[in-house]
Amino acid sequence: MSERISVVENIMGANDRLAEDNRARLDAAGVFAVNLMASPGAGKTSLIEQTLPRLADQLRLAVIDGDIATSIDADRAAAAGAVASVQINTGGQCHLDAVMLQQGLGQLDLSQIDLLLVENVGNLVCPADFRLGTHKSVLVASVPEGDDKPYKYPGMYRGVDALVINKTDLLPYIPFKMDYFRRGVEVLNAGLVTFPLSCKTGEGVDAWVAWIVENVQTFKR
Amino acid sequence: MHELPVTQSILEITLRHAQEAGATRVTDLYLVIGQLASVVDDSVQFYWDVLSKDTIAESSRLHFRRVPAEMQCLSCGTRFPLDGDDFACPSCQGVGVKVVAGEEFFLESIEVDGGQASPPNEGGNA
Ligand SMILES: Nc1nc2c(ncn2[C@@H]2O[C@H](COP(=O)(O)OP(=O)(O)O)[C@@H](O)[C@H]2O)c(=O)[nH]1
Ligand SMILES: [Mg+2]
Ligand SMILES: [Zn+2]
Repeated sequence: MSERISVVENIMGANDRLAEDNRARLDAAGVFAVNLMASPGAGKTSLIEQTLPRLADQLRLAVIDGDIATSIDADRAAAAGAVASVQINTGGQCHLDAVMLQQGLGQLDLSQIDLLLVENVGNLVCPADFRLGTHKSVLVASVPEGDDKPYKYPGMYRGVDALVINKTDLLPYIPFKMDYFRRGVEVLNAGLVTFPLSCKTGEGVDAWVAWIVENVQTFKR
Repeated sequence: MHELPVTQSILEITLRHAQEAGATRVTDLYLVIGQLASVVDDSVQFYWDVLSKDTIAESSRLHFRRVPAEMQCLSCGTRFPLDGDDFACPSCQGVGVKVVAGEEFFLESIEVDGGQASPPNEGGNA
């Protein structure tokens, strides 16, 4: 006897539930968390290195780094002044998921932290589908990647709360049509707040840091 | 890209519902996947064959129903299908659209054998 059973269950449901647990844990500890996503080499670690020293006198910062194999990025974060930095090796997996963040949180004393920056695995597709439980998702795009990326990776651009456009120091050398890029962003994510900046020269970084501070303050209230 | 964890999740959901129903075998799965969900059917099928082995879902068939992406313009309200990689509104050229369909990714139903029908496959994983 064959029988049809109605299921209607979200495939990502298990991850989403764990992400909610992570969020509750962060909220209870008063830790504001940001998920930084980007393609490899866009400048996630460089942005963390620029951000930490600018905040060190007002916020206690920790970094969780998702990487396929090495701990180079976590070491760079520690050197830049993080009170704690945790490396999660994903063992080849192309994204962080809520389980991995849960493990990372377990290695931190959350009572000693105000702001947690999570560096996701470099990838413009998968991280967008796996919610972690962080409060904000930020995409770090960079000029050398080209101005067509919003059109090619709509899922990533659609789901984020802020967009950093890094490596603006390279604009004079690379054919990057800012209007075309911004139009693609606007179509996918109307009104998205963007921060054009350069981690090399430091130009524009203060506006990004101000946005972070504003968010942490709103969260703490 | 991440079809392995996705397929593990499909198996977990399937076995849980099959057990609740007292099924002895799962023969068919009906999955709904939006055009914008980055999931490759063939790859899910590949992992499915590996992961479902030695479970009551071994040798079951996966059926994929694709849902085309549909957008709605935030300025003029026009609904339109996604055409190529440009999301802009075809009536007013407006940018600023929202996705109204195409992001689905769920298991809609499963077909099972229940009762004493087919006994579990003993002894082998040929
Ligand atoms: N010219 C330029 N290079 C940058 C900038 N930011 C990062 N880089 C370089 O880009 C490379 C990758 O940076 P990294 O932070 O490791 O990227 P991640 O893989 O996203 O963490 C490094 O060689 C950085 O020095 C920038 O604003 N301008
Ligand atoms: Mg890095
Ligand atoms: Zn319109």
